[in-house]
Amino acid sequence: MSIDTATAAKVAKLARIKVEEDALPALAQEFNTILGFIEQLNEVDVEGVDPMTSVTPQRLKRRVDEVTDGSQQDKVLKNARDAREGFFVVPKVVE
Amino acid sequence: MLDQTFETPKPKVIAGAKHDWELVIGMEVHAQVASNAKLFSGASTQFGNEPNSNVAFVDAAMPGMLPVINEFCVEQAVRTGLGLKADINLWSAFDRKNYFYPDLPQGYQISQLYHPIVGEGEVIVDMGPGVARRVRIERIHMEQDAGKSIHDMDPNMSFVDLNRTGVCLMEIVSRPDIRGPEEAAAYIAKLRQIMRYLGTCDGNMQNGNLRADVNVSICLPGAYEKFMETGDFGHLGTRCEIKNMNSMRFIQQAIEVEARRQIQIVEAGGTVDQETRLYDPDKGETRSMRSKEEAHDYRYFPDPDLLPLEIEQDWVDNIAANLPELPDEKKARFVGDFGLSEYDASVLTAEVESADFFEAVAKDRDGKLAANWVINELFGRLKKDDHDITDSPVSPEQLGGIIELITKGDISGKIAKDLFEIVYTEGGNPAEIVEARGMKQVTDTVAIEAAVDQIIADNPAQVEKAKANPKLVGWFVGQVMKATGGKANPKAVNETVSAKLGI
Repeated sequence: MSIDTATAAKVAKLARIKVEEDALPALAQEFNTILGFIEQLNEVDVEGVDPMTSVTPQRLKRRVDEVTDGSQQDKVLKNARDAREGFFVVPKVVE
Repeated sequence: MLDQTFETPKPKVIAGAKHDWELVIGMEVHAQVASNAKLFSGASTQFGNEPNSNVAFVDAAMPGMLPVINEFCVEQAVRTGLGLKADINLWSAFDRKNYFYPDLPQGYQISQLYHPIVGEGEVIVDMGPGVARRVRIERIHMEQDAGKSIHDMDPNMSFVDLNRTGVCLMEIVSRPDIRGPEEAAAYIAKLRQIMRYLGTCDGNMQNGNLRADVNVSICLPGAYEKFMETGDFGHLGTRCEIKNMNSMRFIQQAIEVEARRQIQIVEAGGTVDQETRLYDPDKGETRSMRSKEEAHDYRYFPDPDLLPLEIEQDWVDNIAANLPELPDEKKARFVGDFGLSEYDASVLTAEVESADFFEAVAKDRDGKLAANWVINELFGRLKKDDHDITDSPVSPEQLGGIIELITKGDISGKIAKDLFEIVYTEGGNPAEIVEARGMKQVTDTVAIEAAVDQIIADNPAQVEKAKANPKLVGWFVGQVMKATGGKANPKAVNETVSAKLGI
């Protein structure tokens, strides 16, 4: 798989990362290096091997259905650039 | 075993300018799990709280916060799956669906794309006595809800509340088996009913706890059957997805409007674009949500913060063993055990609370009579006062008492209605009220005979007329009923009058 500058631009846009036009070729090249490494991993035969999801035998930790958190509007909004009447306030987004 | 024989309803046909067209509909229903806390945090799910007060740092996506799954939510998804007779996957996993929106602070929604917790099931959607549509369920997965944006508080800014962010949703995905707007509404109603029986989702559509994305396409008659045979979507038209609807009425309107829009395009020689649309109930039209199109590349990948969700067969079996009786089974039992019509059984089983109420009334009493009284008198009266069955002023014991008095012949049907009104407004024990207020039906022949004799003696002219015209017997019966304050047994009065007049 090869990443061209158009794909690099699209990925940057989807990730909301601003990349200047002249930086795109280098970015695409970096992607290709990473993907090249991944492709190298594809050479390993993993037939019949279950994907490993943890290095130690672990079970997904569960919580009970109790309200133990919240009621901290001030803390939640503390780092907001703009907050009014308990809401985050952001530039208008309308469907 | 439940009798599942039924006829399939006819698909909805819309006449275009050139052809008749059929509709093909599939739905993705989002049902909020009725839990106390969120799917991955300990914040409350309570509706209507102060904005941003039901928010843990996990929900606000503060750096370093990690999700921990709420086991109750997992159980509710499994219960729902079992209620839809679906396969339960003992191994499922969570994925990240990546997109940017102000009410999604993580920048991704945790969902289950590749390995959902519930696999294939089915819902039988009743469309009238003996007529039903079997809608196949493709999957149910768990996912996080997003927050809420409010756009009308400021001309230039949107206000964001994260209280709903991270609340557990079950997304129930159907196959394209629904064939008309009415079926779509009936499908949601049936899902809602089943989940309310199970207690997994409260089904409150107004609060957005149950909402649907509806996929609509059109096809020529016969094409759908080919699709069903081959599984080839090429036989169907291009579908459009109408997003996020939480009203049965709007869902029906939107489907009809969208189908007509597609018919117009195709008949004019155009092609339908596969896209996401929004229904505008004020204008009665659907419009494209272009912004969603661009972001459609969600770049799903397994969530590295969460291990796969492994559950044990024993645990699932235990949930299965404790499932309540579901609507289809209950309805069949009401028809079989109480001799109710399918229609009455449907009405009574629509809500589990109504069904329980009816059963308490009907226990050891006349089932049909109990059904009549619950449906016609009680439901009618509750509706008039805008009451729910759960806050009925008349208890099952009281209504049962009234029914016993009717069955014993102590009161007539008419008096029973008066008695019902007294019990409804004033309360009290029906038998005692009847006794105290002298409402008992007079079956005593001596008393009836005396009353009949009196009326005959007072109306010699009418007696002559009645001998010529036997229909006038009714007039005498009426007079006797009046004289006895409606308490005389009408059948006994009728017989006595006829005998005395010799007709």
